[in-house]
Amino acid sequence: MRSRPTSLLAVAGLIGAVALAACTPGSNSDSGQSASPTGQVTTDASTMGDVTLTVWDQEVRGGQAAQIEELNKQFQAKYPNIKLKRVTRSFDDLKTTLRLALSGNEPPDVFQANNGRPDMGAFVQAGQLVPLDRYAEAYQWGERYPESVRKYSSYSTDGKTFGTGSLYGLPQVGEVVGIFVNEAKLEKAGVDEPKTWAEFQESLATLKAKGEQPLVLGNLDKWPAIHVFGTVQAQNVQPDAIRTLGFGQQGGSWKTPENTKAAQTVVDWVDKGYFSKDVNGLGYDPAWQAFSKGTGAYLIAGTWLQADLGKAMGDNVTFMLPPAVADKPVATGGTGIPWAISSKSKHPDAAAAYIDFITSEDAMAVLAKNDNLPIADTADQEATGPLGEAVFKAFGTAVEEDALVPYLDYATPTMADTLGAALQDLLAKKATPEEFLDTVEKDYSGFVSSNK
Amino acid sequence: MAKRKSAGPPGEPRRIAYLYLLPAFLVYAAFLLYPLGRSVQISLYEWNGNTLATWVGLDNYADVVTDPALRSSFGHALVLVFFYAVLPLVIGLALASILNRARVRGLAFFRTVVFLPQVVAMVVIAVAWRRMYAPDGNVNDLLRAVGLDSLTRGWLGDYAAALPAVGFIGTWFEIGLVTVLLLAGMGRIPGELYEAARLDGAGPVREFLAVTLPSVRGEISVALTLTVIAALRTFDLVYVTTRGGPGQSTSVPSFEVYNRAFLQGRVGSAAAVAVVLTLIIFVISFGITRVAERNSA
Repeated sequence: MRSRPTSLLAVAGLIGAVALAACTPGSNSDSGQSASPTGQVTTDASTMGDVTLTVWDQEVRGGQAAQIEELNKQFQAKYPNIKLKRVTRSFDDLKTTLRLALSGNEPPDVFQANNGRPDMGAFVQAGQLVPLDRYAEAYQWGERYPESVRKYSSYSTDGKTFGTGSLYGLPQVGEVVGIFVNEAKLEKAGVDEPKTWAEFQESLATLKAKGEQPLVLGNLDKWPAIHVFGTVQAQNVQPDAIRTLGFGQQGGSWKTPENTKAAQTVVDWVDKGYFSKDVNGLGYDPAWQAFSKGTGAYLIAGTWLQADLGKAMGDNVTFMLPPAVADKPVATGGTGIPWAISSKSKHPDAAAAYIDFITSEDAMAVLAKNDNLPIADTADQEATGPLGEAVFKAFGTAVEEDALVPYLDYATPTMADTLGAALQDLLAKKATPEEFLDTVEKDYSGFVSSNK
Repeated sequence: MAKRKSAGPPGEPRRIAYLYLLPAFLVYAAFLLYPLGRSVQISLYEWNGNTLATWVGLDNYADVVTDPALRSSFGHALVLVFFYAVLPLVIGLALASILNRARVRGLAFFRTVVFLPQVVAMVVIAVAWRRMYAPDGNVNDLLRAVGLDSLTRGWLGDYAAALPAVGFIGTWFEIGLVTVLLLAGMGRIPGELYEAARLDGAGPVREFLAVTLPSVRGEISVALTLTVIAALRTFDLVYVTTRGGPGQSTSVPSFEVYNRAFLQGRVGSAAAVAVVLTLIIFVISFGITRVAERNSA
């Protein structure tokens, strides 16, 4: 025990020595080729010789797993020369391990990289992704994937601007946040399905007066309210202004009368008791499960709940885009996690052929069959039930009308946290709409000014 | 046999002793000291985990002090120390001395019951408590059953109640460990000491203060060290129950480390928080052992 001070010193010295001797973090992560590859691309996978593709995906649940397994099997049958080495991980695991894998020497050839700045944005910045523009041209992805969808996996080549520039990933499925409606509850309260935003707000009041809980929201997990606020904001703010804020581009501002009105609307809904009392104390899953068992009339949520709610509620539930203020709908939405190619892959052409295969027209039918929402050719697909049909129709309309605005937490690496916490404050009336907007604006403008 | 040199302690010379330590030290260095050193180094950079890092010196540490959200997360950790360490110690002392004095039949059974939470993984505990704290969960059901409807709330979503609610899970979890540790210590106290105290006219309280408490000082120090460390590095409980919410009212340093390193791509800042947390844990647990040692000397 007496020698502790000296041994402490020794340890401290050692740690210091390690710190000094090691080189700058990130310096050994050779960032692959930074210039875009050029030259002819091969699109016929059968002529590519024997190739092994390592694929990392997170399609591990229910219908997601079913569709990718079926598509992989078809791909192998069609192109026996290309061997797929599939590695599956949960969403969280993929997110945390992909970063390290991409900076290592043997990254996967094809993988799913989340759209946002901390993921795809950071990978683009590090030159770890192959720009897909050449392949998009060769496979004519642009004709089936409209620009409003491609935006979600587009970055400038320096990774700083999100929502424009080169294409770095291609998603299989779409997502849109809309309103799940318990039709029996509306009928009981004598409310017609609202066609406009004003009618929707009226129906909330009517439902409340009839003793029904109008809106279901479980916000213990912080992020669910982002979708509710996004939906309200979309009816109050110009779509392009939301896109600037949502993609974290230069020149936007949260501190506008329109945003204030959106925040005030949410507060009004709290005051009028449209949500349950303990909105911040209720979990997201318990909330939609309660909705599926007959609590509440509306659930503002994403299309990813389609399979579960359809199974539980059958004909009793439908889905609609948020009723529009004017004639054109606007809704928060985006894509499933896009598939991307590593810039260190030795077989980018084969990797692109694989991505093309799992996003082809035939693949979209496989996706639909397994309860997923195909992102392209959506209107041509056959859904598995009435709720599925409503969801496909809503998403098809949203894409056709260019109605999608991005998830607001895409804006900056910290926005998910900032906005999530700020919305909990807003819902609990710990912050006024002005204070709420101040908090969010600070995050947005701080990032934008340091990202020039 | 050659005559041993008279100087120095018996046995092989010191240098040889270090040789014996070397294998263990190498493992220790490779898996603990090197990562620690790297963390310290990374904490001096701004780094997103992918691209080349930029040297920012002590900026990340300045953030720890100046950023109100980070500062409050350290404050929350200290509140958790009360729930994880102080409360279980008080309750554990009472429980252990009762179990020890009463010579209950089936002591082994009670000991197991009290210890049980320690056997269950923290994540499982957190999921279970999250359900119990839900607006329609067991806690509120219980309150309604006894007519305390006014107290019901969404515990984890209530700004005033969330942190104590999370802390209480820690109390429930640590009581078992503390009680069993103290029971073991009390079991070693010779019966004559109590007899002597009783002959001197000491009641149960006096007996506890004069005999039991001083005898288990070592166990108290071990219990405090373990529980304080558990409190300061709380991650899983917060991650599963509240994700730091509502607002920022239950965010703790370990959660911030995870958040920054893996979700926000601010690895340098995460490393700085981690280093500060390590230092605090080191200082506090060092202090506890020092105080206990000095008193027992």
